[in-house]
Amino acid sequence: MGVKQFGARVKRVEDPALLKGQGRFVDDVKMPGVLHACFVRTPFAHAFVRNIDSTAALQLEGVVAVFTAADMPQRMRDERMPMLVPNAAIAALRTQHALATHEICYAGQTVAVVIAQSRYIAEDAAALVDVDYETLPAISDLRSAVAPGAAVAHSDLPDNIASSFKMEYGDVDAAFASAPHVFEEKLWQHRGGGMAMETRAVLATHDPATDMLTVWTGSQTPHIGRRMMADMLDRSVESIRCIAPDVGGGFGPKAIFYAEEPVIAACALKLGRPVKWVEDRREHFMCATQERDQYWDVALAVDAQGRIQGVRGALLHDTGAFVPWGIIMPYIAAATMPGPYVVPSYRLDVRVALTNKVATTPVRGAGRPQAVFAMERLMDRAARELGIDPAEIRRRNFVQPEQMPYSVGLMFRDGKPLIYDSGDYPKGQSEALRIADYEGFRARQSAALAQGRYIGIGIGNYVEGTGLGPFEGVTVRVLQNGKVAVATGATQQGQGTRTTLAQIVADSVGCRFEDVVVTVGDTAAIANGVGAFASRQAVNAGNSATLAGTAVQAQIVQLAAQTLGVAPEDIDVADGQAMARTGNKPVLTFGELARLSQGMPGFSMQPGQTAGLENTAYFTPPQAAYCSGTHVVEVEVDPETGGVKILRYSVAHDAGNIINPLIVDGQVQGGVAHGVGNALFEWMKYDEQGQPLTTSFADYLIPMATDVPTCEIAHVETPSPLNPLGVKGAGEGGTIPAPAAILAAVEDALRPFDVHVTETPLTPERIVELLEAAGAYEQINSQIEERA
Amino acid sequence: MRVNGVHYEREIEPRMTLGDFLRHEIGLTGTHLGCEHGVCGACTVLIDGRTGRSCLAFAMQEDGSEITTVESLAQGGELNILQQAFQDHHALQCGFCTPGMLMTLTELLRDNQNPNETEVRETLTGNLCRCTGYAAIVEAALDAAQRLAAAREA
Repeated sequence: MGVKQFGARVKRVEDPALLKGQGRFVDDVKMPGVLHACFVRTPFAHAFVRNIDSTAALQLEGVVAVFTAADMPQRMRDERMPMLVPNAAIAALRTQHALATHEICYAGQTVAVVIAQSRYIAEDAAALVDVDYETLPAISDLRSAVAPGAAVAHSDLPDNIASSFKMEYGDVDAAFASAPHVFEEKLWQHRGGGMAMETRAVLATHDPATDMLTVWTGSQTPHIGRRMMADMLDRSVESIRCIAPDVGGGFGPKAIFYAEEPVIAACALKLGRPVKWVEDRREHFMCATQERDQYWDVALAVDAQGRIQGVRGALLHDTGAFVPWGIIMPYIAAATMPGPYVVPSYRLDVRVALTNKVATTPVRGAGRPQAVFAMERLMDRAARELGIDPAEIRRRNFVQPEQMPYSVGLMFRDGKPLIYDSGDYPKGQSEALRIADYEGFRARQSAALAQGRYIGIGIGNYVEGTGLGPFEGVTVRVLQNGKVAVATGATQQGQGTRTTLAQIVADSVGCRFEDVVVTVGDTAAIANGVGAFASRQAVNAGNSATLAGTAVQAQIVQLAAQTLGVAPEDIDVADGQAMARTGNKPVLTFGELARLSQGMPGFSMQPGQTAGLENTAYFTPPQAAYCSGTHVVEVEVDPETGGVKILRYSVAHDAGNIINPLIVDGQVQGGVAHGVGNALFEWMKYDEQGQPLTTSFADYLIPMATDVPTCEIAHVETPSPLNPLGVKGAGEGGTIPAPAAILAAVEDALRPFDVHVTETPLTPERIVELLEAAGAYEQINSQIEERA
Repeated sequence: MRVNGVHYEREIEPRMTLGDFLRHEIGLTGTHLGCEHGVCGACTVLIDGRTGRSCLAFAMQEDGSEITTVESLAQGGELNILQQAFQDHHALQCGFCTPGMLMTLTELLRDNQNPNETEVRETLTGNLCRCTGYAAIVEAALDAAQRLAAAREA
C-alpha cells in the first residue's frame, strides 16, 4: 500500500521551477508582437475630467494608440465596474468606471490608456496626454468625512455614508446598567495594503481563428474575472480563457476584479495585437486596494470576577471612494469581536464612510485583526484595572469545548447564524502559554528591569470564520499514461495549492503522489471556479478533491472487477494499480484501466460502466469552519529610540486536521510577519487633499528579516465536523491576533511608565511621544542619577 | 556583456535597465522586478561577483561585465545545495522574491562559510519577502552552509 500523504510534511511540487528561475509569472509570458500599456491616472483625488487631448502623445514615435472611455465597448462606457459582493445594507452602491467618464474620486484612478511599442515609450506618452481637470473639494480623513458639512466624496451624493448597520444580541444596555465595572477604549487602527512582491499584471491576446480571448492576469480569482469580462465585453464566457499563472503573492487585494483587466482585454480586441500591462510599485500603492483606517469606540461590562456581561460600541470604517467588495470588512469585524469568549450581550453600531482614496477591500485577516485588537485591548484593560492576570481573565471567559457547537447570537457574512463548529480555546491558550514559558515571565521581567531593560508579554486570542462558500470544484481524471490529472478553479499565490491537492488525490484515488498532475488558476481546466480568499481553498477545493478522488477510485474498482472477473470487494487499489486479492492476484495499471474505460468503437459499454475514469465534485460548505488560536509575544522596548524587538513569539493554532504541516507552519509564520508589519510599521499615509504620501518601500515599511522572529508553533487539532476532511482555513490566522498580542506586550514592557497603547501601527516615533507624555524620561533620568 | 558565461551583444536604448535587459532582451525571466526603486531586492544579481540591483543599473553601464543570475545555479537541471535547502525547509511560497534571495545568499555563503543566524538575517535585510516571514529562509541558509561545508570535506 502507498504511504498516506494527508498529514505528511510533503515537499512542494511548485518549488523546483521557482528555484531555477523557471517560474511563469504574467510578465514572463512571451507573446510575439506584444504592445505595452501605460495608464494615464489622475493626479487629483477629486475632479471632473473636462477634456482629454492625446495629440502630443500620439505624435511620439512608437505610440500606437491612446484610448479613453469613448473608445471602450458600450457597456464599459455606460456602466460602472461590477459590484462583486452586494449587500442590502449598502446605501451607496458605487464602483468606478473602467476608464473615467466624468468624475474621478481618488488619486490614481484610470483616465486613459496609452499603447506603445515598449513600456518606456508608453510611460513617456502617458505624461504627454493633456487632461483638463476641474478640481473638486476632496475628503481624505475618515472622521472628517462623517462630520457635518464635510466635502462629499461623490458630487451627486448627499453625504459620505456608504452604509450603516447594527450587529446585536441580548440586552446590552441592561447589562451595562447593572455591571459593577465598565471599561471604555477609543482605538485607531490602520492596516496598509497586501503588498505582494509581484505587482498586478495583465496580458491579453485575441486569436481571430478561434475567436478566443486569452487573458493572463495576476489574480486570485480568474474564474470570477472571466465572468465579469464576459459581461463587460459582451462576449460568451466560453470565448474567454483567463489564466492566473504563477502569481507572486495575493493577500487579498488580488481577489478584486480591477478596471485594468477589461481595459487591457478591450485594447487587445480593438488592436488585434497582444497587449501587456505591468503595474509599477507606485501604481500599486496608489491603485491596488488596501484596508486602511478604522476607529473603534468600545466598552466592556464585567462583573467583579472579570466575567463579561456585555460589549457595546461603535465602529467607523473607511471604504475609500468605492465599495467593489461590498462592506465585508466592517461586517466581518463586527462579527469577529466576541471571539472565543462568552459575551452575553453585544451591540456594535457600524458606519462605513466614503473618502477620496482608493477603495478598501480585504487584506489578509479582513477586518478580523482590528476586531481582535479591540476585544483584547478591553480584556487587558479589565485585567489591569481589576488586578487579574491577563491569562486568567481570558480563562474565566472562554467558550468551553463542551459548549460546541456554540451559537454566538449573530449572523456571519455568509448569511448563516454564527455558530462555532468546533474548537478548544482553553487548550489553545494553555498550549501557547506553555511554549512561551508564561509562568517564568514575571521573573524574567524583574531581572531585566533590574538591568534597566524593559520587557513585556502580551496575549492575543481569536476565532476566525474560514472556508467560506460558495464552492470550489475539482476534476480528477485518470490518463492513459497512468498519470492522474487534477483540475481546479482554486488558485495559488504561494499557498502550495498544487501540492496539497495532489496529496489528497493520491490518497483518495490510490496512486503515487508524484503521478498526480495538478492544474490551477486556468478557466480552461474546469467549468466553474471561485478562487482564493477567506482562507477557503483547503476546505472547498480540498474536500472537492477527496470527493472526486473517491468517486474515481470507485470507478476504478468497478472496471477492474468487471475486467478481471472478480467481485469489487476483492479489488485493492494502491500505487496507481488495481489488484485482485484472489487467484494469482492479477494487476491492472491505471493506464490500462484508462484505456479500457474508453470502450471500443461500435461496442456497448458494460452495464453501470462510466465513460472514462473521471469525476468532478463541487463541495459546497454549509457554513464557515471556525479556526482559532492564541499568540503570546515577548518584546523588549528601548525607551531611548522607541524601538521594539520581539524576543519570543509563541503560537497555538487550530486549523482542524492538517493536510501538510510544512505548508501550514509556513502560513502561520508568514501570517505573523504580516501582523508584525501591521503592529509596528505599515502605514499608508495621505495628506488632507487625499494625496498618497507613502508610495515606495522606503516610505512604507514592511518587515525585514531582522524584524520577524522565528515562531514556535503548537498545533491544536479539533477537526471540523462540517466537511469530510475535517479541515479549516490556515491562511490568515497568523496575522489576526498579532497586533493585539504585540501591542499588549509593548504596553506591559512600559508598565513602569503607565503608558496606554490604543493604536496601530505603533511606530518608534509614537512610542517616544507616548513616553514623553507619560514623563518617562524624567523618571529614567532620575533613576540613573540615583544609581550614580 | 557576459551573462552566466554566455556572451551577449545587443544594441539598446541607453535608458534600458539591466533588469529589463536580462528579462526582455535575452529572455532570462528568472530575475524579477518587485519595486523598481532598489528596496525589495527581488532583482538582485551578481555583477562581477558582487550583489547588485538590476533595477537600478542601466544595462550599458555593465558593458563588459560578468553577470550571474538565478538561472546559473542549477547545474545540469539539478537543484544546487542552496536551492535544495530552500525546498527542504519550505523557504519559498509564491517564489517571486526567491531569485534575489538565492543570489544574496550565494554571495554570503561564498564569502562567509560559517555564518551565524544574526549574520544571515542582517544580510537578508536587503531582500523583502511578504510570504514566508523569513524563518524558513534563515534555516535554509544555515543548513546550506553546513551542507556546503560537508561537501567541501568530502
